[in-house]
Amino acid sequence: MNKINTQTQPQPPKGWRSYSSDKLALRNVLLIDPAQNLKKRADLIIENGIIQQIGEITDGWDGEIIDGSKLIACPGLFDMHVHLREPGYEHKETIYSGCHAAASGGFTGVAPMPNTDPAIDNPGLVNILREKAVGFPVEVHPIAAITLGRKGKNLSEIGELVDTGVMVFSDDGSPIVIADLMRRALEYTNMFGATISEHSEDASLTMGGVMHEGAVSTRLGLPGWPGIGEEIAIDRNVRLAEFTGGKLHIAHISTAASLEIIRRAKKNGINVTAEVTPHHLTLDCSLLDGFDSNYKVNPPLRTKEDVIALQEGLADGSIDVIATDHAPHAPDEKEVEFIKAPFGMIGLETALGIIHSKLVLTGKLTIERMIEAMTSAPRKVMGLSDVSIKAGETANLTLFNPDEKWRVDRDLFNSKSKNTPFHGMELTGRAVGVINRGLVWIKDEK
Amino acid sequence: MNKIRFNHLLGLEGLSSEVITEILDSAEAFLKVLSRPIPRVPSLRGVTVANLFFESSTRTRISFELAEKRLSADVVNFTASSSSMNKGETILDTARNIEAMKVDVVVIRHFAQGSPHFLADRVNAAVINAGDGSHEHPTQALLDIMTIRRKTGDLKGLKVLILGDIAHSRVARSNIYGLLTMGVNVKICGPSTLIPREIESMGIEVTHDLEEGLDWCDVVNVLRIQLERQNEGLIPSLREYQRSFGLTRNHLERVGGEKIIMHPGPMNRGVEIDSDVADGPGSVILSQVTHGVAVRMAVLYLISGREQSIE
Repeated sequence: MNKINTQTQPQPPKGWRSYSSDKLALRNVLLIDPAQNLKKRADLIIENGIIQQIGEITDGWDGEIIDGSKLIACPGLFDMHVHLREPGYEHKETIYSGCHAAASGGFTGVAPMPNTDPAIDNPGLVNILREKAVGFPVEVHPIAAITLGRKGKNLSEIGELVDTGVMVFSDDGSPIVIADLMRRALEYTNMFGATISEHSEDASLTMGGVMHEGAVSTRLGLPGWPGIGEEIAIDRNVRLAEFTGGKLHIAHISTAASLEIIRRAKKNGINVTAEVTPHHLTLDCSLLDGFDSNYKVNPPLRTKEDVIALQEGLADGSIDVIATDHAPHAPDEKEVEFIKAPFGMIGLETALGIIHSKLVLTGKLTIERMIEAMTSAPRKVMGLSDVSIKAGETANLTLFNPDEKWRVDRDLFNSKSKNTPFHGMELTGRAVGVINRGLVWIKDEK
Repeated sequence: MNKIRFNHLLGLEGLSSEVITEILDSAEAFLKVLSRPIPRVPSLRGVTVANLFFESSTRTRISFELAEKRLSADVVNFTASSSSMNKGETILDTARNIEAMKVDVVVIRHFAQGSPHFLADRVNAAVINAGDGSHEHPTQALLDIMTIRRKTGDLKGLKVLILGDIAHSRVARSNIYGLLTMGVNVKICGPSTLIPREIESMGIEVTHDLEEGLDWCDVVNVLRIQLERQNEGLIPSLREYQRSFGLTRNHLERVGGEKIIMHPGPMNRGVEIDSDVADGPGSVILSQVTHGVAVRMAVLYLISGREQSIE
């Protein structure tokens, strides 16, 4: 019996439909699962939320059949850096709206950052957030605060949080200022095999900065946020990871020099991983020319040279993960004087289209590497089990149409917020379905 | 006249030499008006100008107001202390209110870079930037260029030294844009902590040696140094600043030759400029103030798109 379409259950995004996972087949779909070198066209049969068979639908099979001939099915996308703003800033986003945005962007899992009010620094809050995502084909795996209240002083009760299943800790939004505290955090989390995800910024070098310090900030007279402000912090954190043996994940790297530090660290066997956002991979600081606060992000958009370096670093695996840093803000918060506007742009509903259009279709990134950086790589950092397209495995899949051309329209977003500079951009490749937790949400054909 | 139209004056970056020349030529005509017994023309009769000053300013505000009144415009003033900004109104609401009041021209001074651009994108009124943070102050640079042109006759190939806190100066940026467009060579001089790292990408040279800069230039434009820079740790003290970068009679005598001395005001006498330089030969500081009114009349006149002649 289909229990999905009841009043209490979250409904699929507008223009999408819910299907039963009791007996469902994707006919003639291109399956891509880089983790097991799978790339083939087949019929994918799902029964009771489990991948039953990869092969061919036999005559007389009586389940629901969806034509997959235009689609790619890959393991469900996971975004390990989002801000869902709940609790405390529900006017920007909620778990509910954020999960809708995630699903329509093709994500079956997200990791919300703990810079909420109150901060996510205890198991109770972690569990509340997880429960709010029940009924969505999207898992919510909160990242918990390193320090109580994200105040940068005392460690949160990390052991108990690990018991609740949290394996990544971050004070994201604020860097850990005191080097000794970072040392202790890495030492302590390392006992549990957990990871510190760090927004690496030396605030004494970036105080007041609103954009990349360089020729463009000089022309605009805007206070600069120099690359060195990130690089010094990454350097420090990497050295502390080496010293402690702890696991360090560098959030949203933005400069070529940061990438070099990470390359060197990996070569030296230090436990470090890194992520990059779609916007740092595709946009540069010259776009701030018109003072549009939708381009105001932290870390800031850098130079064209940095963008190219980051693309290469992602392609060669030096950068492990693509994460959006989805940072919703209400229009009246963003539509103010540039220096007063909050940092951040939303990304869940554009990430796949941006990366596919701007990196994959231009030959800068293979589709396999894109999928890996959005699926198995972030799940690994998060300490989550692998997701495989294999008979007997839970169906956790993203469906996307690599040929669909569409125009980004912020007014059609499922997110509560509209702060994106990609509004109006023509993209090729779009998420059209998510399957996870026994739920199947698929976009209607036009 | 009035062949060239522009919708807003947000900055001198990107403004062509033709437009700058037309503004300066119009300003010359208005300068004649200002020396008449009754220095008033009806050019902007029926035009409503709102002066929005979100940051305190005395001379720029008075200069604009005088220019508006000399053109017979209807003038309304909003200043930071009395405006609704202090009651928490956002700049977006301010913009909507201006729109609702059907103002023709908005003159805006704001502490935040890009605020005039923000307004220009959202109102039908013509927007004139009267200084936005450390970004641009186009009418100041226009009056500076007018002052130089009146003094030298020709701008091409001239050498202008801008002396002081370049990093925080909207006057410096607008001057750099405008002067380069007019074919003037620009060098800047100041402590390395007050000069942005990639300033040379703007097409100018940098020196930290005042006398070298003075020796090179025909004109020196001295900027105001703010006491805050000392507290921000950007300079050790005003005393040390004065020692290395304060313009004195001694410096000028050592390098010799005639220099045109400018300052946008208000001056810290005895800090960035000594009184005997500010008040001495070569100083055009008070002419700058007079030219300010004429330049602002020209900008208002050209931006309003009115066809009446000045005469």
